[in-house]
Amino acid sequence: MELILIIIGAVFVNNIVLSKFLGICPFIGVSNKVDTAIGMTGAVTFVMVLATLVTYLIQVYILEKLGIEFMQTVSYILIIAALVQLVEIILKKVSPPLYQALGIFLPLITTNCAILGVAILAVQNEFNLVESVIYAFANAVGFGLALVTFSGIREQLELADIPEGMKGVPIAFVIAGILAMAFMGFSNLV
Amino acid sequence: MKQWKNFAKGFIKENPVFILFLGLCPTLGTTGSAINGISMGLATMAVLVMSNVVISVFGKFIPAKVRIPSYIVIIASFVTIVDLLMQAYLNTPGPHGEPSLYDSLGIFIPLIVVNCIVLGRAEAFASKNTVLTSLIDGVGMGLGFSFALFLLGSVRELLGAGSIFGMKFIEGNGILLFVMPPGAFLALGYLIAIMSKIKNQLVNS
Repeated sequence: MELILIIIGAVFVNNIVLSKFLGICPFIGVSNKVDTAIGMTGAVTFVMVLATLVTYLIQVYILEKLGIEFMQTVSYILIIAALVQLVEIILKKVSPPLYQALGIFLPLITTNCAILGVAILAVQNEFNLVESVIYAFANAVGFGLALVTFSGIREQLELADIPEGMKGVPIAFVIAGILAMAFMGFSNLV
Repeated sequence: MKQWKNFAKGFIKENPVFILFLGLCPTLGTTGSAINGISMGLATMAVLVMSNVVISVFGKFIPAKVRIPSYIVIIASFVTIVDLLMQAYLNTPGPHGEPSLYDSLGIFIPLIVVNCIVLGRAEAFASKNTVLTSLIDGVGMGLGFSFALFLLGSVRELLGAGSIFGMKFIEGNGILLFVMPPGAFLALGYLIAIMSKIKNQLVNS
């Protein structure tokens, strides 16, 4: 029951993009086509779950054991950067088709604040290992839901007649605002 | 004159938020009020200035292959310093039980480390320029970022609560939506449109 609440909370109520404002750069940057949005979601899901799992273990077995929690930011970002590199190398060798699909998105992910943000939030919420991983996965699903919906709307937008000054990024933000309003409808769900 | 141009470019012409679209997460996430916005901007500026200076000093000694991880470690160290300082000195709750500045900025303080502006200036500017030029660039870009956050925070606070820095200008409750997440997106969208128009007029004249 607890786990279901975590999932619904992360996907709908406190959506990582539309209510917590994490991962805005890819949300605006790679949302022109539905296909790329799906690819990006795949890469983010993969790295987010893995990064949260590893940082949780580091937090419990190294940082807390040695009493050096202040090293959190430094160690987390290094782990995430190393992890992304590692995933890239392994994917290239083991599964070329998957690498083809996700490859171009992987370098972008290191500076995606959603990954570091979820890793830190999982520790701040004092989740255990299973809850942390579920939380990371649910947030990735929430990210995907927002990104794919948004890219679908933006594809339609190419046919619309938009005032000159609002073309491109400004109209994207206005749409994101309306989408965020729609997601506010979920706010009393949990 | 050249240094002045270097300093002033961050405000309008190369404003990190309105023109380059960098650092959007803290821009949206911390601008519920003007004071939160400008504090976040200044915290980012502190990290940006320090990392720019250090990277411009050590840039020549860092091998090209490991430069990005090295920059990230340098930036993360300064973020940790700023985080601990804010936790120590800006952590007193308000008189009516409002959350402290440190609490209301919350997760966005450690996330300065993944702010594209900081790494972007390190890679594109500080590693190739002298200490003084990098310092001025850091201050200019940092102030430009703070200016953007202050502007967005003021607009949202004015429309949402009828006040700026907690001083009431408009009676009544205001449009609550603008203090909430959707208002951040809407206000930033329109501000970007206005600012790029101003920038185009500046470039043309």
